[in-house]
Amino acid sequence: MAAATTSDGALTTADGIPLKASLARAERRNRNRALLLVTPLFAFILVFFLMPIFDMLTRSVDNTVVGSVLVRSVPVLSQWDDSSGELPSEAVFKAMVLDIQDGRETRTIGKVGTRMNYEKSGMTSLFRKSGRRAKQIKEAPYKEALIKLDKKWGDINTWRLLKRESDAQTLTHYLASIDMRFNDSGEVVRQPEEKQIYINLFIRTLKLSALITVLCLVLGYPISYLLATLPVRTSNLLMILVLLPFWTSLLVRTTAWIALLQKQGVINDFLVGVGLIGDDGRLAMIHNAIGTVVAMVHILLPFMVLPLYSVMKTIPPSYVRAARSMGATPWTAFWRVYVPNTVSGIGAGGILVFIIAIGYYITPALVGGVSGTLISNFIAQHISVTLNWGLAAALGSVLLALVLALYILYDKIVGIDNMKMG
Amino acid sequence: MADQSSSDYVRFINVQKSYDGESLVVKNLNLDIARGEFVTMLGPSGSGKTTCLMMLAGFETATHGEIILDGDSINDVAPHHRGIGMVFQSYALFPHMTIFENLAFPLEVRKQSKSEIETRVKKALDMVRMGAFGTRRPAQLSGGQQQRIAVARALVFEPKLVLMDEPLGALDKNLREEMQYEIKHIHNNLEVTVVYVTHDQSEALTMSNRIAVFNDGVIQQLAPPEDLYERPDNAFVAQFIGENNTLIGSVRELNGTACVVELGDGSIINALSVNVGNKGEQSTLSLRPERVTINPEAGSLPNIVDADVKELIYLGDHIRTRVDVCGHDDFIVKMPNSATHASLTPGDTVKVGWLAEDCRALDAPVDRGVT
Repeated sequence: MAAATTSDGALTTADGIPLKASLARAERRNRNRALLLVTPLFAFILVFFLMPIFDMLTRSVDNTVVGSVLVRSVPVLSQWDDSSGELPSEAVFKAMVLDIQDGRETRTIGKVGTRMNYEKSGMTSLFRKSGRRAKQIKEAPYKEALIKLDKKWGDINTWRLLKRESDAQTLTHYLASIDMRFNDSGEVVRQPEEKQIYINLFIRTLKLSALITVLCLVLGYPISYLLATLPVRTSNLLMILVLLPFWTSLLVRTTAWIALLQKQGVINDFLVGVGLIGDDGRLAMIHNAIGTVVAMVHILLPFMVLPLYSVMKTIPPSYVRAARSMGATPWTAFWRVYVPNTVSGIGAGGILVFIIAIGYYITPALVGGVSGTLISNFIAQHISVTLNWGLAAALGSVLLALVLALYILYDKIVGIDNMKMG
Repeated sequence: MADQSSSDYVRFINVQKSYDGESLVVKNLNLDIARGEFVTMLGPSGSGKTTCLMMLAGFETATHGEIILDGDSINDVAPHHRGIGMVFQSYALFPHMTIFENLAFPLEVRKQSKSEIETRVKKALDMVRMGAFGTRRPAQLSGGQQQRIAVARALVFEPKLVLMDEPLGALDKNLREEMQYEIKHIHNNLEVTVVYVTHDQSEALTMSNRIAVFNDGVIQQLAPPEDLYERPDNAFVAQFIGENNTLIGSVRELNGTACVVELGDGSIINALSVNVGNKGEQSTLSLRPERVTINPEAGSLPNIVDADVKELIYLGDHIRTRVDVCGHDDFIVKMPNSATHASLTPGDTVKVGWLAEDCRALDAPVDRGVT
């Protein structure tokens, strides 16, 4: 061979260029072309996926509204020692009055009220009322005047709250999303019993998603097996039936379930008709957790079937035959030889269904009632109804962290390399 | 059904198989296999040989007829109760298990003790000279090594009967020949009965005690290798096994074991009557290329005809010579590469001759049934 080496022993090409450099140059063209092809997708993901996630993460801790409206009060308030047990000084009150007057003019003072109301009810009205009347306060003593306007200004906890929430970042939303809060003295405590909803909601979301995943696996495994073993003509027809849900509108499918499952629906009518249940004992199968599970299993089943099918397709029938010829019963052959070879499909289908289910919104909203709503419904509510985007973002971030944690757990147990999507 | 002959270990009795209810893949199969025998089912693809093997293994049910194993009908016996070892074309080693676990599997499902499994797996691995590979996964082995493991796995639970479905089909030529001898040795040492399926005739000739040549769902001939090559019963077997010259003509005279056949161009050939009809009917003459003599002395052979040399192919130990004989231009003569061989050039006209006994008159011509 004509491979030359330089004095330090590295291989070079015939004309003395180091082999590595030469190889890199030869590969560069192909690499650049490949990069060019993925650029549109990369840009798309960056703009419509990564940036929103980043925005959500910042929003979940963002608290600039207080600092940007109460421009005078926040700096002076930060020098107040909130453990002293005394109200802030006259200077703080003066700054606050001026801020409220300005905020009234620019119509921004309401935002502060809304923001503070998430922490403590009554704050919206405090700021609205103060905004209306603050222009009457023209001179010192500002302290007495403001307290006279609303005696909440004389409550040290109001000022503590304002001071705590005047930083540009806050952890309040995250605390709220795991049913915790700051109490008046600024300690982290659990929410009162009647306000603890999110932890239970997360647990319910995880439980229902797990149940949906297991049901999809139980229902999808035999279908996938059939698809993979039947002759192509028959299996194509069956595949169309499996994919049919994909071709129908989500709303149509969900309403169909309502028609079937509701109290005056097809199934209840049938059961009453054949006398299995009395007319007064009609089953509640929709607008509760059952409705959510049934409708979502139906919608997510193809996501389980497709990866399973593609994995099963690659398993030669000779595996099971070999096991049978060696003396294994049909069950042993299935359990010890067939199933282990489908683990990658079970993993892929399971994780796909679970992750879609955990963030599913529309079906639980339509058929979930009270017991069948999931965390995503509350996120949606905070975005569109209560307009507490910070809490919505925090809930979303906790959900994201949860999914990532499960993903890592899956990687540790099964190994992500073993996953086959098709 | 009672066992009639103690030497017949496996019997197919009037077995038929149809997949669609319209055509028969196996037509009335009768085959007896003796204990300890190595029988090969040889034939082109689609000839029904693999179907027969699958029926014996229990993965296909016979549409009609009976299959007897060791004196008992096994038509209704599930595959896992038959105790038949099997080697598959794709090896079918379980990819999620190590080699050791693969071999231990048949012993585990038979609920054998840990120590027993240990010793028997080790013995089986040593038998195929793979003792050091127990902890590997099948994907980490070469094709030949996987093949050995597949054989060891089929034998580790000491079945009396082992089926092999084209086990060497995926190997390259050298490895295939090496494995042929290895399987043959294992068969001799273990005294196990082997039913082997292949479409490779040299594999069949090398390994078998007897070969069943399949075509179109029917056994065309069942005979030891040398009989099959030397004394084919019909035109299909003659063409399928080994290289063969075919001359087609009609029977002129029938005279006990001898006959005279007139070819299309009017040449008269003396041949051995094996499988011909009546006078005037079509017949295929079969003649092995190595039995043809070039430039024989006049009168020394019963058949001597003119031949035009068309093509010479140098193959080292012999020279393949294609000549035009009696209107057939695909007539092959094998000339040994000896010091005295005739030196020919294309375009020469020579005499070629052969014995009447080497030229077998068989049934009417068939298409070579390869699909």
